[in-house]
Amino acid sequence: MKKNMLFTDKLVFEYIRRDEEGNVESITRALDEVNLEVKRGEFVAILGHNGSGKSTVAKHINALLSPTEGAVFVNGMDTKDEEHLWDIRRSAGMVFQNPDNQIIATVVEEDVAFGPENIGIPTEEIWRRVEESLAAVGMTAYRTHSPNKLSGGQKQRVAIAGIMAMRPDCIVLDEPTAMLDPVGRKEVIRTVHELNKNEGVTILLITHYMDEVIDADRVIVMDGGKVVMQGTPRAVFSQVERLKEYRLDVPQVTELAYELKKKGVPMPDGILTVEEFTAAYCTAKGKLQESRG
Amino acid sequence: MEAQTKAGDLRECMVLDHVNYVYGAGTAYEKHALQDINLVLRKGEFIGLIGHTGSGKSTLVQHLNGLITPTSGHIYYRGNDIGAADYNRKELRGKVGLVFQYPEHQLFETTVVKDVAFGPKNMGLSQLETDMRTFAALKEAGVSETLYDASPFELSGGQKRRVAIAGVLAMQPDILILDEPTAGLDPRGRDEILERIAKIHDEGDRTVILVSHSMEDVAKYASRLIVMNGGRVFCDGTPKEVFEAYKELEDIGLAAPQVTYLSEALKNAGIALPYNATTVEEAKELLLADWRGGGR
Repeated sequence: MKKNMLFTDKLVFEYIRRDEEGNVESITRALDEVNLEVKRGEFVAILGHNGSGKSTVAKHINALLSPTEGAVFVNGMDTKDEEHLWDIRRSAGMVFQNPDNQIIATVVEEDVAFGPENIGIPTEEIWRRVEESLAAVGMTAYRTHSPNKLSGGQKQRVAIAGIMAMRPDCIVLDEPTAMLDPVGRKEVIRTVHELNKNEGVTILLITHYMDEVIDADRVIVMDGGKVVMQGTPRAVFSQVERLKEYRLDVPQVTELAYELKKKGVPMPDGILTVEEFTAAYCTAKGKLQESRG
Repeated sequence: MEAQTKAGDLRECMVLDHVNYVYGAGTAYEKHALQDINLVLRKGEFIGLIGHTGSGKSTLVQHLNGLITPTSGHIYYRGNDIGAADYNRKELRGKVGLVFQYPEHQLFETTVVKDVAFGPKNMGLSQLETDMRTFAALKEAGVSETLYDASPFELSGGQKRRVAIAGVLAMQPDILILDEPTAGLDPRGRDEILERIAKIHDEGDRTVILVSHSMEDVAKYASRLIVMNGGRVFCDGTPKEVFEAYKELEDIGLAAPQVTYLSEALKNAGIALPYNATTVEEAKELLLADWRGGGR
């Protein structure tokens, strides 16, 4: 089990609120015995409404938070071992929601170089990494630009390049597209898929946009600090009513197929794309015509 | 000129007449953010304003309440030029309420009630009038009474946003502009805010302008869409008219709702619906009609 890229064992995290004298006022259990396993090279998406605990999981993976109970292993290292802290953070990079909070340099290439420079990588090697990382996210053309002139999607790609320059095994993205427009969202999701396919980087994508997860290997749904559903995108999106209970929604074609099925049109569960819908509806209609002769 | 000749019909409207806006004129960063904008925004309309980042939507809405004045051209509100030297722009800001992106970042008072009361109090209204407007606005924005004395910082994302909207409603605006009011909310939070905005629109006679990136949302709620691109009005019409031209929308980095693409795909597969759907509800009606008339 420790060979997994990420592994959490009955992970519990409690926020403790204290009054001015330091007495405990309230305890909120943000994570309640979460067991997760992400294999090397996998693309896993976590869905959940605001407050479901998904970001708290993310913050445990690179040891920004430490478990109240249970344990988190990254690349076989326990995040509670302080001696592994820097290895863990190099191994599991994080991308956050707001692109403006993650960029520090005045030139794109310097921003990407910041991480490796900080851990004492030789200059030549830094430049090689900067070049490769910018190429991997498709931002080479902007290497001498100022980051504040870039679009939101481009800034997120620069942030991802900065992480790639640390040669991570895994990238955790915590709602990386929440503040982007549709074009920026597509750019970022496409980039993440390419890194997963071409560079073999393990991806943990946290989002509440359903259309971003239909190409994931596996989808995990969180609610109230627990993992409540888990499976392929098709298996998860087959359960429209349950997803709605968890305050999530499904792609328009998935919802439409579900609504038609309720009205007696024989549509299969878990339709994910326009093409699948069209094929399924044509098949259903063909059978209807046959039966009526 | 146009505004004068049609003054009779336009007395209740906001009219933009050849509006241009240039940022940083004469510098290396000069940018023509708005180019020759001509629009009539009518009373009671629910308008969706769409366009990708940098298309000019935010610059446009900031013109409507006089936060930015046009480099050239005129904006008339109820027949008066809001750029005129003697025009009362302070009053205009009460009449044209603007809810900014992430409005919860602007909450600052110690309780919800005090935060919402800040605007009317600042207008110099009496305590009684301030209170009446505050409580009416809180109710209209759907803020639960149990939260009135809470600190705005203890609320959830969706609740904070409703308090921020109440703060603008307390000014009793005739035009309510919301700049991406659902950004960062989860799907249920998004639906709740949009349903609330639809209710605010339906129960009053306000003009509502919803700035959004979501084609699904504007298709569902707005009766008119204005699409911006490169500082110009790219198209202006009903959702059906605008999404009919989905190929042109793609050229400028936008897209139609998924059900519109589905309608096209079905047409190509030999299933012609009477028109392209723009909402799930519409697609459901069209397909059920097709199914029941099927077998031919």
